[in-house]
Amino acid sequence: MFSRDRWQEIFQTIGKNKLRTFLSGFTVALGIFIFTVLYGMGNGLKNSFNEFFMGEATNTFSINPGRTSEPYKGFKKGRAIEFRNDDIDDIKKDFALYLDEITPVISFSATARYRGESNSYSINAIAPPYGDMQKTIIMKGRYVNAHDMAGFAKNIVIGRLVEVDLFGHSESAVGKYLDVGGVMYRVVGVFQDDDGDNEERMIYMPYTTRQMLDQGTDKINEIMLTYNTDIGYAGAMAFDLSLQKYLKAKHNIAPDDQNAIYLRNMADIVQRNMMFANILQLVVVFVGIGTLIAGVIGISNIMVFVVKERTKELGIRKALGATPASVIGLVLQESIFITTIAGYVGLVLGMGILSLMGDRFKEDYFISNPGVGLNIVIMATLILVFFGVLAGYVPARKAANVKPIVALRDE
Amino acid sequence: MIVIKDLHKSYRMGTNSLHVLKGLNLSVEEGELVAIMGSSGSGKSTLLNILGMLDEADSGEYILDGVPIRNLNETKAAKYRNKFLGFIFQSFNLINYKTAIENVALPLYYQRVNRNERQEKAMKYLEKVGLKNWAHHLPSELSGGQKQRVAIARAMAAEPKVLLADELTGALDSKTSYEIMDLIQEINDEGKTILVVTHEPDIAQMCKRIIHLKDGVIVEDSFVEQVRASSYVQ
Repeated sequence: MFSRDRWQEIFQTIGKNKLRTFLSGFTVALGIFIFTVLYGMGNGLKNSFNEFFMGEATNTFSINPGRTSEPYKGFKKGRAIEFRNDDIDDIKKDFALYLDEITPVISFSATARYRGESNSYSINAIAPPYGDMQKTIIMKGRYVNAHDMAGFAKNIVIGRLVEVDLFGHSESAVGKYLDVGGVMYRVVGVFQDDDGDNEERMIYMPYTTRQMLDQGTDKINEIMLTYNTDIGYAGAMAFDLSLQKYLKAKHNIAPDDQNAIYLRNMADIVQRNMMFANILQLVVVFVGIGTLIAGVIGISNIMVFVVKERTKELGIRKALGATPASVIGLVLQESIFITTIAGYVGLVLGMGILSLMGDRFKEDYFISNPGVGLNIVIMATLILVFFGVLAGYVPARKAANVKPIVALRDE
Repeated sequence: MIVIKDLHKSYRMGTNSLHVLKGLNLSVEEGELVAIMGSSGSGKSTLLNILGMLDEADSGEYILDGVPIRNLNETKAAKYRNKFLGFIFQSFNLINYKTAIENVALPLYYQRVNRNERQEKAMKYLEKVGLKNWAHHLPSELSGGQKQRVAIARAMAAEPKVLLADELTGALDSKTSYEIMDLIQEINDEGKTILVVTHEPDIAQMCKRIIHLKDGVIVEDSFVEQVRASSYVQ
């Protein structure tokens, strides 16, 4: 296999039979190229898909109150449900095992003014864990912290675009005072968010401060929580059910009332969507395998042709003392060499095209950062090489076993 | 050198069996130049194939240089062919993408001779057949006679015990044929055993012994006065 003479024989054969070499190499290169590009584009689709769900932590529940749709325990239907601070405390106490972090959310909007600039923004009054749940990235300063909560501090964190709108590109907002709805707040941090412009036009403040300024109320609009990921998908679903049951009991809601409390379970949503993405991937794999099979058939045909063409030459070699093993070895080693090199060429070309594509087709075709795992492509190449060899082996063995005299008579 | 005793060979043609060789006995000494003649169907090609280990007899003995040749698998046959026999074919059978010297060196490659020695030996035999200056030409650039000379050099390169030539002048005009026979005679003069299958009487007359085959048996086996081909070559 590694003798220099054998390689010299092979290089000579390749050099003197360029068309044959080109045909078999081209088939393999094309097969691998198409496989790489298709598979990479499939992965790109999946990447785009994933991106939609990576903006928030996937182990979150958000719970919103609604209106009852059934009378229950003497209450009329159509009663508006309200969450209060004690709901947070009770969940913390009674679901300590499941719970990771929990935060109330109070949403409102107000006009923010700084010197001559003003604009209307959505404001969320929250507790510090909210930042992690939204995967907010702090660019400057800090996020709302426990100290702000305890001290009812009039500190706010603003989105990157809020800073751009009000402070311009050159001025830093951190440490400045901003008039929001007639109250002066100090900006303690600026954040960015991957989820788009709307997210970066948000303002966050401590919920305790908001409640104090709102006449000491303890109402909250929404509860967001993350659960301990150790409980897994099934655990999350169980937590989902028992939490709904718990809150319904607490707020005197009929157990089968679907409108009084809305619980949005990201785990469930992600699960459903990932299923779709996986089916997409399956389709891509199927197409890829189809391409590979077509490639295998192509290389098989060429190998049969190659051996047929070489029958006479192999007969001469046998008459001169070549053993069947050395004849088979010669044919196979050549085909392995060609298919491997060609496979590599196809691989590099395919990868090149994919990296050229990059994020260029993200907007129109929903393909972001297409790419293929190197191991998958190498495996595909190996499959092609293997079948090329197998396809070559059968006729090569046949040629090696033909009596030289028969092969030589074959004009 | 070659001893054959009671050699039988038949081919199956569908349900019929065609008995080609019907008990041949033959003995060839070292240094002989033997012509095997016969019309087509006489069994001369079959005999040559068996002698060349390209085919196997049904029964009978074949001893080559004291080695009994029987029950050969392909690998063993290949080794014996390489060691004992040199082939010269009617259609030359050169590998068309290899130059003359590469063709000549090929049997040495299968003898695992190292590269430098292969080149050296191949060049020596090319020189012997008078084609030293054509060593790096492809077969397509050579005339028929030159091709056959390359083939002869190739057959000799492995330094076999016996040269087997199958209609070696069949594809050549008579002038070139005589030149080739002159070369064969020269090689024979140096002591090499050569068997030539031919149906041309004038070629046969240039050998030292003529064996006539008919219907699978030897009908005539006689030593003849050798006609020197050099007398026809200017």
